[in-house]
Amino acid sequence: MDVIFGNLDLWGEAIGNTLLVFLIGGLIALVLGIIVGAMRVSPVPIARGVGTAYVNIVRNTPLTLVFFFFVFGYPQLGLPDLSNTVLGILAIGIYTATYVAEVLRAGINTVPVGQAEAARAIGLPFGQVMTLVVLPQAFRSVVPPMMSVFIALLKNTTVAAGFSIAELAALRATINDAPGRPGNPMEVLLWVAIVFVVLVLAMSAVQRHLENKWRIAR
Amino acid sequence: MRRTRALAGIGIATAALLALTGCNSGSPSNPGGGGDAGDGGDKPLFEVAKDVTLDGSPTFEHIQEAGKVTIGVKEDQPNLGYLDATTGERTGFDIDIARWIAASLGYDEDKIEFKPIASANREQAIVNGDIDYYVGTYSINDKRKEQIDFAGPYFITGQGLLIRKDDPEADKLEDFNGKTVCSATGSTPIQNIKANFPDIKTQEYDLYSACVQDLIDNKVDAVTTDQAILIGYAAQYPDEVKVTGGLFTEERYGVGLTKGDDVLRAHINDLFTENNDIWQGIFDKNLGQSGIEVEQPEVDAY
Repeated sequence: MDVIFGNLDLWGEAIGNTLLVFLIGGLIALVLGIIVGAMRVSPVPIARGVGTAYVNIVRNTPLTLVFFFFVFGYPQLGLPDLSNTVLGILAIGIYTATYVAEVLRAGINTVPVGQAEAARAIGLPFGQVMTLVVLPQAFRSVVPPMMSVFIALLKNTTVAAGFSIAELAALRATINDAPGRPGNPMEVLLWVAIVFVVLVLAMSAVQRHLENKWRIAR
Repeated sequence: MRRTRALAGIGIATAALLALTGCNSGSPSNPGGGGDAGDGGDKPLFEVAKDVTLDGSPTFEHIQEAGKVTIGVKEDQPNLGYLDATTGERTGFDIDIARWIAASLGYDEDKIEFKPIASANREQAIVNGDIDYYVGTYSINDKRKEQIDFAGPYFITGQGLLIRKDDPEADKLEDFNGKTVCSATGSTPIQNIKANFPDIKTQEYDLYSACVQDLIDNKVDAVTTDQAILIGYAAQYPDEVKVTGGLFTEERYGVGLTKGDDVLRAHINDLFTENNDIWQGIFDKNLGQSGIEVEQPEVDAY
């Protein structure tokens, strides 16, 4: 237990940064993913093309490479300075958005086409067809896979450790080499794994809650 | 129609695969025997020993069973531990020290397997037995000694600073208050800054080369680690960066060994103690031009 109580300051910082990357990255992924998912089913060919290109290019690039482009590529573009944490959050958000978009598209496909036709028939424009009729129904059917996407996002935050973001996976190196700090790498990693299990259990609880709340009688 | 297309696709894929493996089959071999690291036809700095016995050394037993020596090294530190990506050739002071030790155990260049291991993973690699020993700017300290043993030191340097060529010189860390300094994740220099200079912002990567990239890109204002490493980078990017100031600490580089292997540790310590001319030859070859003046340190046979 020394490895926890002897390094409380580090654990606080590490869990804080992990949650920061997860929550803000997840928000970006959700918002962007909904937009891209809607683009992929929209009646406008250009929007469909852009959405498809985005999903296929970004999703097929390994996350580490996406991080690399953001953290080491971005500064060479001469744009305003952003910290590694901000760049890392953007990288993971933009990467995960492709998965959100695809999960959502699967959900949209479960909504009977008559629903959208009926909405159009009463004169709703595409935006309202999506937000009022299709997406609310789509969300209900994609709660489990969507939660898997976010659990993957949570675990993917460990990639950020390699890019100077002091989150949970970076703790091991810090504690290992710091003079006077108790603990060796294996103990640290064991506790990091436990923290992740706890966080994922919390997310599973959210999933169960949403599934119960949004259950559709079919 | 569809079928022919699929077949054509497979054909193209196979051709590509063959082409790729074809390129790979000629992997760079480095036959240079003895101690000569292959930078010319000079006679080797050291001979490969014959009929070596080291009774009671578990590491040496492991080496004999495997028929090769596995050595942990750095490969992104010019003049210390460096892998030339185009020729596949390894060069540097630490690499030659590693070869020298292997030679003293009776193992030639072609019986050495070099494994690149990042700073943060060194102790674990030794504890797990992934490598037989580690030679790569490895500072001896008490916390590490809890997990592994050190032979040496074979080199003494200290924490220094690397800055951009056009920035004003700095000779103390206080000059970087409010600025960002970069080093390897969890490394001794970064711990020193975090503990004693709270106004300095830090950036941490696994590799020093990433820090140097950030320095050149203006993302950090200085890179700090052992001066010997920094001098190597200054030599690699002479137009972009320079070493500044003096040494803030004393770092003693040792050879990382499995804990408890006193026989091998004594063997390496004797090797360092009895062969000052070989040490000097390795130093001159790799770091001689850099201008740093160092004498071979006395080993700490604890």
